[in-house]
Amino acid sequence: MNALVLAEHNNSELKTSSLSTIKAALEIDQNVDVLVVGSTCDNVTNKLVGVKNIKKIIVIDDHEYLNPIAEFISPILISLADNYSHILAPATTFGKNIMPRVAALLDVAQISDIIKVESEDTFVRPIYAGNALATVQSSDSRKIITVRPTSFDPVSTEGGSAEIEKLSFKVENKKVEFIKREETKSDRPELGTARVVISGGRGLGSADNFSLLNDIADKLNAAVGASRAAVDAGYVSNDSQVGQTGKVVVPDLYIAVGISGAIQHLAGMKESKVIVAINKDEEAPIFNVADYGLCADLFEVLPKLSSELDKLNTIQK
Amino acid sequence: MKVLVTVKRVIDYNVQIRVKADGSGVEKENVKMSMNPPDENAVEEALRIKESGKAEEVIIVSIGEDKAQETIRTGLAMGADRGIHVKVSHDIEPLSVAKILEKIVEKEQPKLILMGKQAIDDDSNQTGQMLSAKLGWSQGTFASKIELENDVAIITREIDEGLETIKVPIPVVATCDLRLNEPRYASLPNIMKAKKKPIDTFTSEELGVDVNPRMKQLKVTEPSKREKGIMVKDVAELVQKLKHEAKVI
Repeated sequence: MNALVLAEHNNSELKTSSLSTIKAALEIDQNVDVLVVGSTCDNVTNKLVGVKNIKKIIVIDDHEYLNPIAEFISPILISLADNYSHILAPATTFGKNIMPRVAALLDVAQISDIIKVESEDTFVRPIYAGNALATVQSSDSRKIITVRPTSFDPVSTEGGSAEIEKLSFKVENKKVEFIKREETKSDRPELGTARVVISGGRGLGSADNFSLLNDIADKLNAAVGASRAAVDAGYVSNDSQVGQTGKVVVPDLYIAVGISGAIQHLAGMKESKVIVAINKDEEAPIFNVADYGLCADLFEVLPKLSSELDKLNTIQK
Repeated sequence: MKVLVTVKRVIDYNVQIRVKADGSGVEKENVKMSMNPPDENAVEEALRIKESGKAEEVIIVSIGEDKAQETIRTGLAMGADRGIHVKVSHDIEPLSVAKILEKIVEKEQPKLILMGKQAIDDDSNQTGQMLSAKLGWSQGTFASKIELENDVAIITREIDEGLETIKVPIPVVATCDLRLNEPRYASLPNIMKAKKKPIDTFTSEELGVDVNPRMKQLKVTEPSKREKGIMVKDVAELVQKLKHEAKVI
C-alpha cells in the first residue's frame, strides 16, 4: 500500500490544508508521497521536505501549472495512480474541483470530505450538513479521497528529510483558459485556520455596518466570517462564508453576531470549541448551540465589547 | 442549442434531519422533500439562457424513485420544456449518476449541462466533475456567473480564496452555486401547463448502466450534541466568562 497526497499551494506558500491531508494519509498508510504541481514552486517543495515520515515529494514545475486547472492536473494523477492504493487531496475548492475527475477516469467512487480514518478502507464522513455521520467502506481497489482539513491536525514541517523527484508532464488538453483570480487580501488570520472567528449575519444590515466586526477582530486577532445571508445581501465577499456550502471552521472561539443559526450555517461552525451568540431575537436557533448567549441589540453590544476588550488589554499590559 | 439540467429530490433544506435509531440511515418517511437548492439555480440559469435567445430547449433530468417526477414537474413549472426520468429503486452513487447522465447526453446531444454544485443530502460534490471527465468536456464548477459568447463560456467560480474566472469552449458542464441567480417561483398557470409537458422514462437497465454501489454504508450516527450553554446579562459578564471561565481570550 502507498498513499499519494496532492498538495494545495499558491506556488509560494504551502496551504495548511495540505498538512492536514498528509496527517490523514499517514493514518491510512506508512508510505506517503506528496505531489506538488505548480510553477516556480520551490518554496512549497522546501517546506514539504521538513515533514517527517513522508517518503518522497514528486514535483512537476512548469509555467503551464501556474493556476490549478482541474483538466490539467487530473491527467497527472491518473498517470501516477498505478503506484498508489490511496490518492488524497484536501476537501477545499481546490481538491473538490480536481478529485472527482480523477475518480471518474479511474472508474472508482470518491470518498468525499472524510473526518476520520477507521481503517485503510473505512472512513467517517458528514452528510446532511453534518447532521448525520456516515461510516462508509469502499470496495474499490484504489481509493480517491478528499479530506476535511479542520478534522485532522496539520503535521509539523520540522525535522523531515523526504527525497525530491522532479518529473515533467505536459498539458495535452489546453482547452481551459485562465482569465483572472480575485483574492480578498487581508492582514487578519485565514478564516479556515484562525484561533478566533467573529462572523456576522443579516442582522448587521449593511456592508458599512459589517465593518464594525473588523474592529473587534483586530483586538482578538480574529478572522472575519459571515453567514450566507450576509454574503447574498452583498455585505461581504463569498470567501467569508461559513457553512454547508462555504467554509467549515473549528476555532477555539466563534462569535456569531446577528446570525439566526440556520442549519446550513451551523454545519460550518458547530464544532468550534467555544461559541458565543449575540442576537436580539431570543428565539434564534443559534442560542441552542452557544456556550454563551447574549440577547441584545448588536449595535449596542459591539461598541461595548470593543471597549471591554480594550480594558482587558490594558490590564494585561 | 439544448441545455440539459439535472435535478435531485432531497429532504427539504429546512427540515431537521433525524437519524434512524438502528443506524441504517436518516428518516425519510413523511418528511418534506424538495428540489436540491443549487439545482434550482441551475434550472433558473438555463431558463434565462433560453430567454436571452441563446438556447432553444431546456430539458430537466432526474434520477431516482417514482417521486423524482414531482421534482421534474417543479422544473417544468418554472418553465423548462420537457423532462427525462431515469428510474432507480435505491440511492445510487455519484459515479453511477455520471454514467447514466453520459447516456442521456449521447441521446440528447446538449451543448450545455447545468447542475447544482452539490446535493444537500450526501454532500458529495462530485457528479458534475465526474460527468465532465467522462464526456471529455470542460468543467466550470461552483459557478456564480456564466456568460455565453458564441462557442465559449466565461465562468466565474467561487473558490476558497475569492473568485476565479475561466474561459472554456462549449460544450461544457457547469455546476451552479447558490449565488448564481435568484430562482423564480412557478406561477399557477405554469404549474397547470407543466402537467401536460412530456416526461420520458427510462430505467438504468434500459440505458445499460451498472449502478452497483462501490461503497457500503456501515452505519449512520448522530454527531455529538452540544450542550446548551448559558445566557449572560451584558457584555462585561460575557468578557469575564470568556476570559476566566472559557479562557479563550
